[in-house]
Amino acid sequence: MTDKFISIEGIAKRYPAPGGGTTAVFENLWLSIMRGEFVCVIGHSGCGKTTVLNILAGLDEPSEGTVIVDGQAIEGTSLDRAVIFQSHALLPWRTVLGNVAYAVSSKWRAWDRAKVKAHAQSFIDLVGLSGAEHKRPSELSGGMKQRVGIARALSITPKIMLMDEPFSALDALTRGTLQDEVRRICLTTGQTVFMITHDVDEAIYLADKIFLMTNGPGALLAEIVENPMPKDRGRIDLHRHPLYYSARNHIVDFLVSRSKTFAAEAVDHDPRRVPLVRIGRTEPTVISAPRVVDAASTQAVAR
Amino acid sequence: MSFSLRFRAAIVSVVLSLAFIGVWHIATRSTGSVANMSPEYAKLMGLTATQGKSAMPGPMDVGAQLWEHVKRPFYDNGPNDKGLGIQLAYSIARVATGYFIAVLVAIPLGFLIGMSPLISRALDPFIQILKPISPLAWMPLALYTIKDSGLSAIFVIFICSVWPMLINTAFGVASVRKEWINVARTLEVGTVRRAFTVILPAAAPTILTGMRISIGIAWLVIVAAEMLVGGTGIGYFVWNEWNNLSITNVIIAIFLIGLVGMLLDQILARFTRMVTFPE
Repeated sequence: MTDKFISIEGIAKRYPAPGGGTTAVFENLWLSIMRGEFVCVIGHSGCGKTTVLNILAGLDEPSEGTVIVDGQAIEGTSLDRAVIFQSHALLPWRTVLGNVAYAVSSKWRAWDRAKVKAHAQSFIDLVGLSGAEHKRPSELSGGMKQRVGIARALSITPKIMLMDEPFSALDALTRGTLQDEVRRICLTTGQTVFMITHDVDEAIYLADKIFLMTNGPGALLAEIVENPMPKDRGRIDLHRHPLYYSARNHIVDFLVSRSKTFAAEAVDHDPRRVPLVRIGRTEPTVISAPRVVDAASTQAVAR
Repeated sequence: MSFSLRFRAAIVSVVLSLAFIGVWHIATRSTGSVANMSPEYAKLMGLTATQGKSAMPGPMDVGAQLWEHVKRPFYDNGPNDKGLGIQLAYSIARVATGYFIAVLVAIPLGFLIGMSPLISRALDPFIQILKPISPLAWMPLALYTIKDSGLSAIFVIFICSVWPMLINTAFGVASVRKEWINVARTLEVGTVRRAFTVILPAAAPTILTGMRISIGIAWLVIVAAEMLVGGTGIGYFVWNEWNNLSITNVIIAIFLIGLVGMLLDQILARFTRMVTFPE
């Protein structure tokens, strides 16, 4: 299978419940990502987004099911899957260069110091931190720290980048610049990205597909929204695109109301064939669904 | 006029020490009341009785005696008369040996306890019971089993300095931030390299704090231990001078014990600063 680069197959995560038995954060979750695709997951806190990301990273193990990346079931962490942590997670006793070089020397153990340094430096330059390489994380602003986190993740040239709300702790201005840079870097390198976010606008700007998850426990992947924005979209005129607000409204509607009620209402929801939603000029239309759906039944999704 | 805080604090310190020496000097002046006695009898009595000199040495006596010691710190006139430098060197050597062995035991063991919840729980009752035992309570047992007073003193130093280091190392290792561990995990860093590149630097400030507490305790205990085992060392010197009724030397020894303790603490404080990282 070449079309599915990442395939999450029927994973579940259960925790022991206080009164005996187990609580499932999510059950039977299926999800696939193509090579070079930028995917955002949106859902409320507690829906297990971070758990999915941790399982993808290999930091956590599913109670059931498997994750296949590039044709192989994953087992533990891998240098092929780089994580950008929400809290940047820089090692405070190392400099900027030291943090990036630590990742580089972990991937290429045989490299000598000079080669590691040169490689790390090129990624520090890429995220626009030239000149700050000998500073310690405590001397950097939040945005600069996250740039180091991005440089560290990119420096090991991973097959997949996993980002857990990477920009949520930043101010709006810094967030915008970093989004621009992540988009630029991912487009030029053709990086496959799985990103968690709470920010609808961020998802529409960055993602090719947006995965909507219902509230936990027992969270479901409700639908996959195709981003209607053109590939060459720019931040400046993004909101003027005719489909921008219908996409935005669809996602916000989901977060505000449908994320709570979806699980109870969608009795015929097939977790293996999650509806793919294409945003139309007026109402979203289901283009693939568990059962054959009448072309006019846009209400089936919008209810 | 605005001097730095440091400078003003130094002035206050100097004033306080001068005041202390002044009060001490006045309090230990000769009283002047001299009993009338025959010269034969006066020879048997000390200066206190014949000249009304205070029984407590004044700062001048102590200063003069200290100067004698400073001039000849390393003389050796047999077992009961050695220079203060030699005595201090014995004590420091014992502390260093016991402390070094404690470091070798406590830090690896602390790592193990910090990294393994099983070992942590299994060893906890032992640590809880052994930790509050006064190190000197081990002395008879040490003397009986080791059969060497010098080694027994080193053992006592080892046993008293091992606990703070062990507990701090275990705590520091166990409380390394999960995200730093996760960084190492996602980079496929092996256990040994992870221990040295992530856990050790992250736990180093806590470990060094434990080591600093330990060196303080070790220096406290060596004086008492040497009073018991005798022979050499600053603790033995204090006790020996007490038996000689040389309060001047006792005071000098007390002062030097404090001075060395401060230096040992400062050395560890410097190491702690070296490994501390701002977050």
